[in-house]
Amino acid sequence: MSEAGPVKNVETSQAAPTAVTRPNPLAHLALPFQAVDYAVKGYHVEAAVPPEQVVAAAEMLDREGFALDTITGVDWLADKQMEVVYDFFHPTKGLRVVVRTRISRDKPEIATISTVFPGANWHERETHDFFGIRFLGHPDLTPFLLPEDATYHPLRKDFAG
Amino acid sequence: MIVKEELTTPPPASEERFPVGPANVGASGVPAETFVLNLGPQHPATHGVLRVKMTMDGEYIVRAEPVCGYIHRMQEKMGENRTYAQYLPNTSRIDYLSAMTYTHAFVGAVERAAKIQPPPRAEYIRVITSELNRISSHLVWWGAFLLDLGGFTPLLYAFDDREKILDLLESITGARLTYCYYRVGGLCNDVDDAFLKGTREFVAQMRPRLKMYKALVTDNIILRKRLIDIGPISAELCRKYGATGPVIRGSGVGYDVRKAEPYSAYPEFDFEIPTFKEGDSMARYLVRMEEIVQSLRIIEQALDKLPAGPVMADKVPRVLKLPAGDYCYSVEAARGRFMVRIVSDNREIPYRVKLRTPCLSNLSLFEEASKGMLLADALAVMGSLDLVIPDIDR
Repeated sequence: MSEAGPVKNVETSQAAPTAVTRPNPLAHLALPFQAVDYAVKGYHVEAAVPPEQVVAAAEMLDREGFALDTITGVDWLADKQMEVVYDFFHPTKGLRVVVRTRISRDKPEIATISTVFPGANWHERETHDFFGIRFLGHPDLTPFLLPEDATYHPLRKDFAG
Repeated sequence: MIVKEELTTPPPASEERFPVGPANVGASGVPAETFVLNLGPQHPATHGVLRVKMTMDGEYIVRAEPVCGYIHRMQEKMGENRTYAQYLPNTSRIDYLSAMTYTHAFVGAVERAAKIQPPPRAEYIRVITSELNRISSHLVWWGAFLLDLGGFTPLLYAFDDREKILDLLESITGARLTYCYYRVGGLCNDVDDAFLKGTREFVAQMRPRLKMYKALVTDNIILRKRLIDIGPISAELCRKYGATGPVIRGSGVGYDVRKAEPYSAYPEFDFEIPTFKEGDSMARYLVRMEEIVQSLRIIEQALDKLPAGPVMADKVPRVLKLPAGDYCYSVEAARGRFMVRIVSDNREIPYRVKLRTPCLSNLSLFEEASKGMLLADALAVMGSLDLVIPDIDR
């Protein structure tokens, strides 16, 4: 993007200064953090962890000085699984980390990380609204964006309006 | 002239401000007698349908709990039942005051996934229009914020200047607020000479206006007394709640997506990230005023260096099918970091669209930040967060 003229070879032209896969900056942590190509994905480090390690991952990133970006879900209906995706960013190092985990769709329960990042409160409430994922230990899982008497979860793939 | 001593007088300690005498203390240490004050969802100070349930001890806030969802439209579900091109106009209706940057994040995410590179001219024009949009957004905030604080006149000046931006953007996009000007692979049309000339004129006009704004408002002793030391938000609180934009930069952290994760043509311009370490409402005010100066700088450089050439990449398919996987794209919107995450399962319709909006995180710290505050001060703090409610509720 730095040079004028027609851009044909998109593969290399996307490799702007930031696009190079950096060495994994979180290699010293005990969880499987892996560097990914920022130019392709839009984040630097990714970790797929079992659901019971999510709180530990949040604590590690908290100690490293990361900020909570957002929490959301993805409903993988065919796999009978719910994915919970946690995004973190570093306020000074310009790093973005994604922690993802999968839980059973039949019993979508996972521990809250609002004990580590109080900002997780609203993101988890929203994820509960949209997917029906219950965050165990959450202080208040009442509907956040949906009507106060809502009993449905609109982002579930089997939700029929 | 402002008397320095007067301005830097610290606020009274919380014990003094928050009288915890035997007259009004319960068993658990909280005031025994409180009342609930309902603010909103229709209230002029919340600028939209935000409701805040406030437990009050006289004029002091014991707990202020924002209640969201009154303008929830399920934008993320809408993303799951239309093609990428069809969803694009939705993104300009999330934060309607910075529509350019929001559409930028969405087309950026699609371009990243489809490996489409927009031509340099398109990237430059994106930067110019996004920065114009940032200035117009900050002008709305400035006018409305001062209106909250009881000053009516500044709004008229702000809207006068903003009108010039809206006219410029209308001439090339056809819209005055909910722009849908960016396309996957570039822009829907090139800018004309009248726009370039008009933008140069606007930059030249805006600089003396900012001096006037400073003399009229920023240096005003009444304003400073309403804002200095009011609503301090620490960098740590911002980190724990994920606050971004002018909120975190007003707490001394120079986090700006344009520098932290450079995108589009931003690496090619020389600009600074204004930060103020005080963390009070005045710091957030000053960050935004400085950002207007920096945006003018960026626009000027982009106009000087604007490359010739097409504004649309070659051979962008009419219907896009993104390879399976998830793709994020973050931009610095007027209120902070906005991110689009697209999860694709190799179909023409997204499997999942996640919108990470700055106002939700910025407001989420309000409950903690407003404890023990005077109601009138809390409204000033809420104004200094620059909330757009549809951005929270989506």
